[in-house]
Amino acid sequence: MASTFTRMIAGRYPAALLASLGAGTVAGGLLLSDSALFAEGKRSLYPPSADFPDLRKHSNCMAAALTPAIYARLRDQVTPQNWTLDQCIQTGVDNPGHPFIKTVGAVAGDEETYEVFAELFDPIIKDRHNGYDPRTMKHPTDLDASKITNGVFDEKYVLSSRVRTGRSIRGLSLPPACSRSERREVERVVVTALAGLKGELAGRYYGLGDMTEKEQQQLIDDHFLFDKPVSPLLTCAFMARDWPDARGIWHNHEKNFLIWVNEEDHTRVISMEKGGNMKRVFERFCTGLKQVEQLIHERGWEFMWNERLGYILTCPSNLGTGLRAGVHVRLPILSKDTRFSKILENLRLQKRGTGGVDTAATGDTFDISNNDRLGKSEVELVQQLVDGVNYLIDCEKKLEKGQDIKVPFPVAQFKKY
Amino acid sequence: MAKNCHNDYKMKFSGDEEFPDLSLHNNHMAKVLTKDIYNKLRGKSTPSGFTVDDIIQTGVDNPGHPFIMTVGCVAGDEESYEVFKDLLDPIISDRHSGYKPTDKHRTDLNFENLKGGDDLDPAYVLSSRVRTGRSIKGFTLPPHNSRGERRTIEKLSIEALATLSGEFKGKYFPLNGMTDQEQDQLINDHFLFDKPVSTLLTCAGMARDWPDARGIWHNDAKTFLVWVNEEDHLRVISMQQGGNMKEVFRRFCTGLLKIEETFKKHNHGFMWNEHLGYVLTCPSNLGTGLRGGVHVKLPKLSTHAKFGEILGRLRLQKRGTGGVDTASVGGVFDISNADRLGSSEVDQVQMVVDGVKLMVAMEKKLEKSESIDDMIPAQK
Repeated sequence: MASTFTRMIAGRYPAALLASLGAGTVAGGLLLSDSALFAEGKRSLYPPSADFPDLRKHSNCMAAALTPAIYARLRDQVTPQNWTLDQCIQTGVDNPGHPFIKTVGAVAGDEETYEVFAELFDPIIKDRHNGYDPRTMKHPTDLDASKITNGVFDEKYVLSSRVRTGRSIRGLSLPPACSRSERREVERVVVTALAGLKGELAGRYYGLGDMTEKEQQQLIDDHFLFDKPVSPLLTCAFMARDWPDARGIWHNHEKNFLIWVNEEDHTRVISMEKGGNMKRVFERFCTGLKQVEQLIHERGWEFMWNERLGYILTCPSNLGTGLRAGVHVRLPILSKDTRFSKILENLRLQKRGTGGVDTAATGDTFDISNNDRLGKSEVELVQQLVDGVNYLIDCEKKLEKGQDIKVPFPVAQFKKY
Repeated sequence: MAKNCHNDYKMKFSGDEEFPDLSLHNNHMAKVLTKDIYNKLRGKSTPSGFTVDDIIQTGVDNPGHPFIMTVGCVAGDEESYEVFKDLLDPIISDRHSGYKPTDKHRTDLNFENLKGGDDLDPAYVLSSRVRTGRSIKGFTLPPHNSRGERRTIEKLSIEALATLSGEFKGKYFPLNGMTDQEQDQLINDHFLFDKPVSTLLTCAGMARDWPDARGIWHNDAKTFLVWVNEEDHLRVISMQQGGNMKEVFRRFCTGLLKIEETFKKHNHGFMWNEHLGYVLTCPSNLGTGLRGGVHVKLPKLSTHAKFGEILGRLRLQKRGTGGVDTASVGGVFDISNADRLGSSEVDQVQMVVDGVKLMVAMEKKLEKSESIDDMIPAQK
């Protein structure tokens, strides 16, 4: 392992430690470089008010939270890796809104972002995660899949089941900020770890730049291949730089456990299969995650995590569990019922088209998944999804028989741990 | 606050670990950049914080272009061309026909030095246009500038343009604030520029904060047009229907010099030096930054075997009528000067005028099924 990185981990641990203790701000200094004098002059020529973005047409979480006063206090701060507020919010400035979803409008460049710029990110997190307050609350992590009950769905309705999350490697900058060597190190660390997986998890890595045409076609046919981001939400956040350098896809030979390297997060981990056995999908998910974590520990690496924010990922919307558990489910009658949206809302579920986040549903088949990410554990969220989908199927069956259905009571918000 | 370069942190990694993978690339930057050059330059930054990685990012992200050999790098400020000369000088030499670091560039905006140009046959020459760019001294360039800087550039530009009178009296339309009616009119006039979609520009950071502080100014007669904060601080365009390039160039020079006077009064002249001429964002536009051209009907000549060679000898280039990234439609081509650096504005427009005149004469010969072999010019 490159010694450069070992030294860096040692240097960064205090920062992560401070963060996990809930300290107010990590000591991010002012810009330290030869051009400090020039920067000083610039700062007096252009006070923060001169640089404050025009957000009048914007409707994302960042635009709702950022005030001129907050901007003035944070504009000249930097994380230990010299990442700035302007870089965090660039994507939100460049993308005023989205037709289907309220976007977040800010990204993290490194673990310390969430501390140094807490004054902006805390209200964004509260807004996005149902009032979760990082200053006072703790996030529970629970990857014990044995706790899931009723996790096998009626396959007459559920066509496929999937769970995904992300993991970041502590000590390396996140996709908006990482340099080429950091990104390559992420790839090396992850690919080395994955090579240690055995049994039903044994698999193979395909670097995006190196794969043969045949391999590429196979990955497309399997619906595994991810492409260079075209969404301006990602490109304006600098995540497509140097494409396809150090990007790739790993999957096990069984093709039901898949890892994306260096796309929108350091890693995206996906467990999926056809049919309705969500319990087995989640079991494989948890086992795989734990084994990967063990394998990187053996080499002195760890995932970014703290007890306030759970797993640290690029987009604040994925903090906590980073978990989206979902199914493709046929609900031909229920989906036409006027109460459908309300039922989903109360079950804390969201619907998407079967093409994913930026698509509308076609026909009777929907992607139904959990809304929440932070403040509830993985087990809680998957159980919530399981209970919710079972409820939806039950409604569909009732409507098939001409019986009436009920809108369920809203599911409780997170408990305070 | 200038965009942060993240550079001090990156210096902890080795040059080898950071060097980009350019194995599939075909642009000027990829041909010139070696590990040695990269290692020499990666520790440097301009006073405003622009680094070699910033310079090359667009070239790393865009391996090649189907129609043209792209440059693959941009400047973030005036000092970029000094601090990173070890990379940019060879690129400039490559792109500008062997221009040397010791060469001097001549500026000549005296329109009276242009000979002819008022007699291009309007049956063939449909429209004439001259454009250039200008950067305002004391500000960083579009890949790097902050919102505060960009807004100040806009403010200064509006003030300068408001002083123009007579044939140059006009109006400014900020992109973020025009009415639907104004927008439709600008589209119909073919004046409106839109948020860049070309990844050559977006990967260089030029579309940040769109449409903040961007706008279009044009005179009432709609023959003189200025774009503010698109790919350069200012793009200045003179154009009209028909073949009177002389008039177009007169208006171009006159208007430019008037605008420059006003900026100088505010102690913000244009970026210029005697080696590189006018300093612009893309190295391809150094020197005059001038592209003077016509839309001309050459259906027969364009299919002649020697068309490419003729253009090369005349130091002209062809584009489609949609601009740089398009193919020609109906035998109508956009013909313009290929050179920017090492010859003056008058020289370059003269080449367009003389070259187009010759090509129209050739077209007429070919219409009569006569040979043009004795008309093929020598290499200029």
